[in-house]
Amino acid sequence: MAATPRPTAVSPTSPSSSAVIDPAKDLATLLRQVDPRRRRTDRVMRGVITGAFALAMLPLLSVAWTVVSHGVERFDLYFLSHSMRGVYGGIDAGGIYHAIVGTVEITLFATLISVPIGLLTAIYLVEYGRGPLARAVTFFVDVMTGIPSIVAGLFAYALFAVILGPGIRMGVVGSVALSVLMIPVVVRSSEEMLRLVPNELREAALALGVPRWLVVIKVVLRTAVAGIVTGVMIAVARVIGETAPLLITVGVADSINFNLFEGRMMTLPVYVYRQFQQGLIPCSADDASCIATITYDRAWAAALTLILLVMLLNLVARLVTRFFAPKTIS
Amino acid sequence: MAQRIDVKDLNIYYGDFRAVADVEMSVEPRSVTAFIGPSGCGKSTFLRTLNRMHEVIPGARVEGRVEIDGVDLYAPDVDPVAVRRQIGMVFQRPNPFPTMSIADNVLAGVRLNNRRISKGDAQDLVEQSLRGANLWNEVKDRLDRPGSGLSGGQQQRLCIARAIAVKPQVLLMDEPCSALDPISTLAIEDLISELKADYTIVIVTHNMQQAARVSDRTAFFNLAGQGQPGKLVEVDDTSVIFSAPREQATEDYISGRFG
Repeated sequence: MAATPRPTAVSPTSPSSSAVIDPAKDLATLLRQVDPRRRRTDRVMRGVITGAFALAMLPLLSVAWTVVSHGVERFDLYFLSHSMRGVYGGIDAGGIYHAIVGTVEITLFATLISVPIGLLTAIYLVEYGRGPLARAVTFFVDVMTGIPSIVAGLFAYALFAVILGPGIRMGVVGSVALSVLMIPVVVRSSEEMLRLVPNELREAALALGVPRWLVVIKVVLRTAVAGIVTGVMIAVARVIGETAPLLITVGVADSINFNLFEGRMMTLPVYVYRQFQQGLIPCSADDASCIATITYDRAWAAALTLILLVMLLNLVARLVTRFFAPKTIS
Repeated sequence: MAQRIDVKDLNIYYGDFRAVADVEMSVEPRSVTAFIGPSGCGKSTFLRTLNRMHEVIPGARVEGRVEIDGVDLYAPDVDPVAVRRQIGMVFQRPNPFPTMSIADNVLAGVRLNNRRISKGDAQDLVEQSLRGANLWNEVKDRLDRPGSGLSGGQQQRLCIARAIAVKPQVLLMDEPCSALDPISTLAIEDLISELKADYTIVIVTHNMQQAARVSDRTAFFNLAGQGQPGKLVEVDDTSVIFSAPREQATEDYISGRFG
């Protein structure tokens, strides 16, 4: 059966098969032929894409410029190292030290809650989860992603109000509220990163007689750690600017409070909101030291600090990523 | 060291689908056994049941017995992790750990199991395993460089070094040369001939010349048809399979007349 002769099909060189007179010359013209329609579409699409990019960059640059130009005036060491204790009216004083302390502590604690829960959930979903439970977890994570931040704040407040009585305001309540917002982001990004780890690496480790849990820790997590860190940083950046949930759970304060578990704290976004809300200071004409726009200046400087904080976090994350990234040929 | 494997009445399933049916064969110690057959006939699936890697896939299961030195690998009191330490595996695509250096890749079986090893012992093990895989001379000056910087053939030999570093009794190879060029393939084949002095080797290959070159015994698997389970058609000495097979199907396959 292998010896069946091929039917002599139309050979490309046979003169009868085509109406082309000179194939060589024809090929030359074919290769040089331009398709004006395609070329035009290419130019138009190029223009559209470049335009869209410019349009997307415009607000970004504008925001950066506005915040820097407005904020840089009051942004100095004094501003960073003093609280608002005893500051009133339009006096040339006051800073955000207490708000930086609050934001850093509350966000850090929220990360401390969210990363273990989120990462373990992602590991469950990728490495172990099968069937209806895994599908339910995925569904609820999706639902959690869409929770408005004010609802997360009310939830955290209600949770602690049940235990500690109504009117409770302290840093840890804010951390819980932020972690409600953070957990789905951490789950989603970690899940994606864990799925990117090639199955071959898991099999390679299993075939060496490594137990499943060690494969997860030492191969899967180790390979994905760079991406997971990036995901966590994105989650932090997502919640560090939250205002509404912190306003209801942590409240406002003018003094420095290091204790997450007692009393109100100030945070940067809430500080910005408060300063902006106070508006222009009615200065009397003879008071030269009174600055009418001081609240706006403080708000801008605090906003600048917030942006710089996020940038700093991103920088740290990049360093961590570079350090842990899978080694390639150097 | 090397052990005999006896497979008795083995059926392999993916969920409800029976992928391989009624396999009955023995693998002799200190020899190379090659599995040949068309794609999808269950060679690799069967190979993976020999060190309980098959069940890693969700829904996959096995019925029947795989005995190594008389002990059924699928007995309820047998730990699959322990099985895999005794029966190593090399995969089709070289898969060194990208986060580890060459030396750490060789030591992966030790390090990933959290076992302590002294620096001297580690160095000895790395050298001994890399020499065993014919890779020592090529990489001895860059042991701390990432394993992913090696060529494909070197990576595959690194994977073999990694597999023999845990000192298994049996080495399973799933088309180890299919992603490699002829020179690297030759290097691996030479290595297989050397390794069979110490290990029982089972190799899946699509390359019949390779099966003829490296193996002592050859098993031919075939597929009755689409959706049907794969079956072991015959297993015999390689010289017999390639010169005077008992089954017509085997002869058709090795002479290129099939389908």
